[in-house]
Amino acid sequence: MQNLWLIPALPFIGFLINGILGRKLSKAVVSAIAVLSVVLSFGLVVSVGLSSGWGEHPIHQHYFTWIRSGGVDIGWDFMVDKLTMIMLMVVTGIGSLIHIYATGYMAHEEGYYRFFAYLNLFMFFMLNLVLGANYLLLFVGWEGVGLCSYLLIGFYFVKKSATTAGNKAFIVNRIGDFGFSLAMFLIFITFGSLDFGKVLSAAPGKPVEVLTAIALLMLLGATGKSAQIPLYVWLPDAMEGPTPVSALIHAATMVTAGVYMCSRSAAIFLKAPIAMETVAIVGLATAVFAATIGLTQYDIKKVFAYSTVSQLGYMFLGVGVGAFSAGIWHLMTHAFFKALLFMGAGSVIHACGGEQDMRKMGGLKKYTPWTCGVLACASLAIAGVPGTSGFFSKDAILTAAYGHAPWMFWVGVVTAGMTAFYVWRAFWMTFWGEYRGGDAGHSHDHGHAHTHGHDDHAHAHNHSHDHDHDHGHSHSHDDHGHDHHGTPHESPWSMLAPLVVLAFLSLAGGFLFNVPKFLESMFPLHEEVPNEEMLMGVSIFAGLIGIALSYFMYVANKELPGKIRKALGGIYTLVYNKYFVDEFYDATVVRPIIEGSTEVLWHGLDQGVIDGAVNGAGTGSRSIGGVLKHLQSGNIRSYATWVVVGAVILLITVGMNGGLIR
Amino acid sequence: MNLLDLVIAIPAIGFLVALIIPRVMEKITRLLVMGFALLTFVVSLGLVSGFQSGVNGLQFESNKIWIANPEIHYHVGIDGLSLWLIILSTFLTPIAILLSWKYVQHRIKEFYAFLLLLECGLVGVFAAYDLFLFYTFWEVVLVPMYFLIGIWGHDRRIYATVKFFLYTMVGSVLMLAAIIFLYTQAHTFDYAEILAQLGSGKIALDHGTETLLFLAFFLAFAIKVPLFPLHTWLPDAHVEAPTAGSVMLASVMLKMGTYGLVRFCLPMFPIAAKENAPWIVILAITGIIVGALVALVQPNMKKLVAYSSVSHLGFVVLGIFSFTQVGLDGAVYQMLNHGISTGALFLLVGFLYERQHSLAIKDFGGVATVAPWLSILFLITTLASIGLPTLNNFVGEFLVLQGAAQANFSWAVFAAFGVILSACYMLWMYQRVFFGALAHSVKHHVTDLSPREWACAVPLIVMMVWMGMYSQSFIPAISEANARILDRTAKAGLIKMTPHVAVNAGTSNFAPAGGGNAHAR
Repeated sequence: MQNLWLIPALPFIGFLINGILGRKLSKAVVSAIAVLSVVLSFGLVVSVGLSSGWGEHPIHQHYFTWIRSGGVDIGWDFMVDKLTMIMLMVVTGIGSLIHIYATGYMAHEEGYYRFFAYLNLFMFFMLNLVLGANYLLLFVGWEGVGLCSYLLIGFYFVKKSATTAGNKAFIVNRIGDFGFSLAMFLIFITFGSLDFGKVLSAAPGKPVEVLTAIALLMLLGATGKSAQIPLYVWLPDAMEGPTPVSALIHAATMVTAGVYMCSRSAAIFLKAPIAMETVAIVGLATAVFAATIGLTQYDIKKVFAYSTVSQLGYMFLGVGVGAFSAGIWHLMTHAFFKALLFMGAGSVIHACGGEQDMRKMGGLKKYTPWTCGVLACASLAIAGVPGTSGFFSKDAILTAAYGHAPWMFWVGVVTAGMTAFYVWRAFWMTFWGEYRGGDAGHSHDHGHAHTHGHDDHAHAHNHSHDHDHDHGHSHSHDDHGHDHHGTPHESPWSMLAPLVVLAFLSLAGGFLFNVPKFLESMFPLHEEVPNEEMLMGVSIFAGLIGIALSYFMYVANKELPGKIRKALGGIYTLVYNKYFVDEFYDATVVRPIIEGSTEVLWHGLDQGVIDGAVNGAGTGSRSIGGVLKHLQSGNIRSYATWVVVGAVILLITVGMNGGLIR
Repeated sequence: MNLLDLVIAIPAIGFLVALIIPRVMEKITRLLVMGFALLTFVVSLGLVSGFQSGVNGLQFESNKIWIANPEIHYHVGIDGLSLWLIILSTFLTPIAILLSWKYVQHRIKEFYAFLLLLECGLVGVFAAYDLFLFYTFWEVVLVPMYFLIGIWGHDRRIYATVKFFLYTMVGSVLMLAAIIFLYTQAHTFDYAEILAQLGSGKIALDHGTETLLFLAFFLAFAIKVPLFPLHTWLPDAHVEAPTAGSVMLASVMLKMGTYGLVRFCLPMFPIAAKENAPWIVILAITGIIVGALVALVQPNMKKLVAYSSVSHLGFVVLGIFSFTQVGLDGAVYQMLNHGISTGALFLLVGFLYERQHSLAIKDFGGVATVAPWLSILFLITTLASIGLPTLNNFVGEFLVLQGAAQANFSWAVFAAFGVILSACYMLWMYQRVFFGALAHSVKHHVTDLSPREWACAVPLIVMMVWMGMYSQSFIPAISEANARILDRTAKAGLIKMTPHVAVNAGTSNFAPAGGGNAHAR
């Protein structure tokens, strides 16, 4: 029998060793421990796969009772079925590659051991997330990966923008988790259990309204973790983290947890058509919305970040129209090509000595041919060029969307065109033309990235943080400030080898792994849609148009973008500034909370009303000194009376007002 | 003399011994006091190993006449509810002593003596089964804390102590009046006896009287908790208190209030408790949210943690007044969790204060650069405090909210906002204190943990993980005690339930399926 607990336990051991002793260990030892623990974990997953027929014969293991009280009985239980199997393979497989890549990418960084400790801890929680056999264990992983995301986004903790982005990620995710926890409470009330087995088998018999409420609350959770409207805002800022983190956590694995959760809960969602429709619309809206922003960004990581938001939207579209297996398929292929895009971007950034602004790149194909080649593979895949992995999964989603509602297909196709355009725009700007970087070294001025978006959005405090104003202008965005050699240089093989593997998977992954067929026993295949070939042709065409247009604008006719920019005027400004959503949240949520809490609740209610009553200030002008004087003159009783009277009056007033609400 | 008597007596003896030893031998006194505290802890562990589950009634019971007329007994004993709160007290006292080793440099012997007296009082409160004895211990606790803040506190300590003292005295007086009234009815102070008489109808309280008695006890406990809007003594007391005082105050003393609610308010006055639950819950939820919002904007670390306590204890009160097994178990577990994690927060804030001589957040920045281990321990504590799964608070919060949801789903919705906000205030503080560029004064003053400080912090961190990962070590005993209490409230509801009561005590829009609800039984 395979011990499933070993799969997360290995990275956890890696975390403990590197976390506690890492400072004293050499970099070679640290990387060996970190990489081996994940690779071994991958090996275990493979052996579990082999012995269980890749999830054909589900495994369920109980280790100990975690929480038991009243009717609540939560076990620390792991399970593996086909869906888990795919997630395990993606997480440990891609995870291994990214760990290897990171040994090269982070080679010159301080806090090397800390980085790998966090990364291993992330693997531990992510594996818990996919292995957990009940909602609460899923939630353990869910919160845990959020913690690691927080730690890794804020890895360069001296830099304020980085730690602020980390806070923002954690807090925005907490808003999603608010929904997730309420969903769990409702599940327990409805089903008397949180075990997947018990809940999902009983779901069809429960009232639709309750299932809808559960599904919608879960969706709120998913919009946080998987960066969908309205909670996507943390993900672009999360690019403050080192690039391997962006690849692993913010592209390939963690952000897909919402898609996994919805697919896992398919039995609930399928009985809640309103919730399904909402999922599809949220996904589609996010896909198109984020894609438009992606068209305008110059920071290479930001482009891919918005692309991730957009592609996650596709996955939710798939889930929402009932094509769960197509969503999971896209989850997998996206993990291939998006991890590759990010790591390729990392290689580019590495080559340019920390530069992330594509306007300061160009012509890199001469200096970094391998990076250029693998990025081309990824860009072909995300554009949905026939035969590549992205083509299969995207087509499966779009076809299903057409079967559900043709307008969704058309919006999806337009988005696919935009996706192809902005990814190839990035490709041309980076690799074609002449190198525009000069020998700027470390002193980049990333004004555009700092004009907004980093000013304490998570909690918008604008009064007293002047003392620690150290906007990281002297650093590159993810602080990847290597010694700069003047001209761009190709990355070492520890970085390139994983890229080559991913390039292969990006191209052939759709061919090799037919996820819908694999998952057929869990998610029945979609019924045939008329004119499927025609639909396929349309989506291929959209992708090719996007690529051609980007070539036309950024290689053949370079003045065109500027002219279009001018012609669009205000609309361009709006999109370039990400529709001012951060500013909107800041003005409508964050600032009112901070100012209301300070003025109304603290100074007003607490110090004014309550303490006023307590101190007897209600009568007029008794200061604390006055009170003390009264105390000394033996007037303690009048003071005590005030305490009682004030407290009682308040108690009754608030109680009566409050009592009515119920 | 059984083990429980020893756990009460050892600190009392230690207190007297410390007072007798001449002042010149202060250093020895300190060691001796530490010895007494450790001994108490070790002996108290005997309570855990000797505690039997499935026993209906008190364990380690001891009942002797203390005062003949009126008949007042020294009647002590424990059940699952008392057990862990006593352990919490005996566990934290040695830590409080050790952490003060350098911090307290004047009137050393009195300081440590008072800590032992405090411990004695706390254990007594959680063990007393005679209402007068309970009241005595309740007041005993007040005295050392009064002096701890008043003598070894910061600049505004007089204001804080007076405020603290008056607030608590007001509650105490009302409770005393209620206890005396009960005595006139039952002719005994014995809690078990009074409970039996109330249950059998031998003391028949009319509706109005029961409500008044309930409110008298409730107010005393609510002030101690503190329940919004009776909480304003807490931030002042914390800010002015020395670190050890803050730790004991937050970790254990506040639990006297919540313990009192569970031990006395619910079983003695079940109808009134249920009738008044709706507005109490509203206050609890208001406290959760307002406490968190006010914590968010505090410029002072100790005040921030103090307000976070208001928020956390709102969860406890919410769980208690959900009248569900899950909610009540969660509430009691959360009392312990809060004791551990907030105790640790005050401890670590105290370490920062000893280095920088400031509690203002703005005086820090970049601590992680110079004191990585201090930062890591603070981070773990922060994460525990904001309810990260695998650490202790999560289990309690989950159970409380689940219980609240079973009682009334909207309660859980509002209370869950507190979980979002806790992340906001804690992480934001953490960012400003530990991250960012290294502040000049931090660079010169802040060093990493000393071995003594490690010894203070590690036990707390271990407990956070233990209680978060294996709650089964603790919850079964708690559940048993709570089941008995809920059984009583449910029965009382059946006997005297009027339509009006039924509305208030009725469970929810969503009927629980899990059988986790006391009413459903």
